[in-house]
Amino acid sequence: MRSVMQQPFRTAVLVLVWGWLLFLVLAPNLLVVGASVMTRNPGSFISLPLTLDAYRQLLNPLYLDVFLHSLYMAGMTTLICLLIGYPFAWALSKLPKQRQVLLIFLLIVPFWTNSLVRTYALKLILATNGLLNNALISIGLIDEPMRLLYTEGAVIIGLVYLLLPFMILPLYSVFDDLKEDLLRASHDLGAGRLSTFIHVIVPLTLPGVLAGVMLVLLPAMGLFFVPDILGGSRNLLVGNVIKNQFLDARNWPFGAAASIVLTVTMAFLMFAHRLSKRRIGEDGA
Amino acid sequence: MKQTLLSLRNLTKQFDGKKVLDSLDLEILDGEFITLLGPSGCGKTTLLRMMAGFEHADAGTITLSGQDLTHTPPENRPLNTVFQNYALFPHMSVFDNVAYGLKMEKRPKDEIQQRVIDALTMVQLEDFAKRKPHQLSGGQQQRVAIARAVIKRPKLLLLDEPLSALDYKLRRTMQIELKRLQRELGITFVFVTHDQEEALSMSDRVVVLKDGQIQQLGTPREVYERPANLFTARFVGETNFFPGRVDATNGDDTITVDVFGLKRNFRKPDFAVNRGQELHVLLRPEDIRVLAPEDHDGVAGEVVERNYKGSTLDSVIHLQDGTEVLASEFFDEDDPAFDYRLGEPVRVSWVDGWEWLLPQEAAAEEASIDA
Repeated sequence: MRSVMQQPFRTAVLVLVWGWLLFLVLAPNLLVVGASVMTRNPGSFISLPLTLDAYRQLLNPLYLDVFLHSLYMAGMTTLICLLIGYPFAWALSKLPKQRQVLLIFLLIVPFWTNSLVRTYALKLILATNGLLNNALISIGLIDEPMRLLYTEGAVIIGLVYLLLPFMILPLYSVFDDLKEDLLRASHDLGAGRLSTFIHVIVPLTLPGVLAGVMLVLLPAMGLFFVPDILGGSRNLLVGNVIKNQFLDARNWPFGAAASIVLTVTMAFLMFAHRLSKRRIGEDGA
Repeated sequence: MKQTLLSLRNLTKQFDGKKVLDSLDLEILDGEFITLLGPSGCGKTTLLRMMAGFEHADAGTITLSGQDLTHTPPENRPLNTVFQNYALFPHMSVFDNVAYGLKMEKRPKDEIQQRVIDALTMVQLEDFAKRKPHQLSGGQQQRVAIARAVIKRPKLLLLDEPLSALDYKLRRTMQIELKRLQRELGITFVFVTHDQEEALSMSDRVVVLKDGQIQQLGTPREVYERPANLFTARFVGETNFFPGRVDATNGDDTITVDVFGLKRNFRKPDFAVNRGQELHVLLRPEDIRVLAPEDHDGVAGEVVERNYKGSTLDSVIHLQDGTEVLASEFFDEDDPAFDYRLGEPVRVSWVDGWEWLLPQEAAAEEASIDA
């Protein structure tokens, strides 16, 4: 009690942080876990008895297909983000410091606009009479407008557009930390560019890659409004399934179970990320 | 006579319009321990990086045993580097770090195994092969870096301030260790440092650098006892500069110089001297003798500081005209005259023949050296 009086600020901060974690992180997640093992009830949404029916339902080929297709689109999104983000972050880290700050600022500016609005803007660009088709026709590259909107490609483009900064930022951070002397040492010991890339650069930037994958892959399965706006009915994400179960089908246990699958995937990725950091000794001994 | 191993000709390098190296020529001999010594910004690290191939000269050539290396990338140069902060690969074990160079040469597995163990034994780290660099102390990391750099038996080992991150005691140990390794391996060492004590104690030859130009190249003894100019004299060790004026040039290769009103005969220096010319008389603190006030010899002064250093007793003495003199004498408890108190009047003299003369340098005179 004495320490509470002596350090009121410290106590207040601790109470706030722990309170936040308990009521806004732990409690909701426990509720989701709880809901996922309950029985669906049209009146009160969920009721006893406890059952694993919701998880069994996930194995239904219909939903399994949605999951796999969603995973595929999210995976493609992640891969494209990585292919663009990796060289981008590398080049960024080589620029003069002032230029770096400016470019990172530009990277963050789009966040000031609501992502829903930006997705609608993308719809205008990709539409049959949209900016892209009109531009391509006017320069004579194509004769007929291409069907871009309501395709799998449109969903992936939308996801890449929204999530690319989340790939670039952690990658930039590892490239920025990469010491020039390590690359010099590698060359000095007889390694060419490719060997240095494989044996030194890739392993040392792996934590950034995994962090980026974590920040892109999971949201890419959950951003339901992107397929809603750009994808049509056939390109659903897990996020759409979850949303539909809660808002339309009123099947809370099933929605909760689907959500938990995402959470577990996330936990697995975080574990891999931690391992990769420990390997290079960044995480204590 | 030792042969030239690495030959640098006319090396010039500018960064943002500032000359870092200025038409520098240097011959490094086979098997020697040569040190590049100078204050920060003198170009020593740039010079080392050019030898390694990390920087490219704007002009000039680098040849190793007759083979032109000027445009050879670092991976194809038969020399290796020990980096300032070791630059060990953090994701690899000690073994893999040391094996890296041999793996790049695609050597057979057993050979790599054997040679890595040998290299680690040489630096007394054979039990640490499985550790990661971050699990080692600074001194151990240093040894791994050395083992990694010598495993390919380079003709030349470049060491970029390798001891600067270690504490004083460990640094002394590593200095001796490095000398031993250099003798055992017979590899030519090019060592970069800003620590003049380290340079003097380890090297066969010392290159004193300033503003991308060689100030002096010689054995540690030459550099210390016969500095080529004021910069070297000030940078290497502590020095007293006494103002002198040539009183007479004598026939027997000596000159008479007036120092603080004392007329002393000195050996004639290398540079031309005329009667009446002003020059610097350089005396190291250990050349100075502090005499009792009733002595006839020397110049009168007053003790203002005494520092007991164990083996020596260092004093600061103010002469009557305000000149500050540093004196360093071997401690002798049996000599009662030795023990002067602060404020006590004394006379200052020096050992004849230990002085060194330098001409006045109009331009350099004002430029102070912060080292």
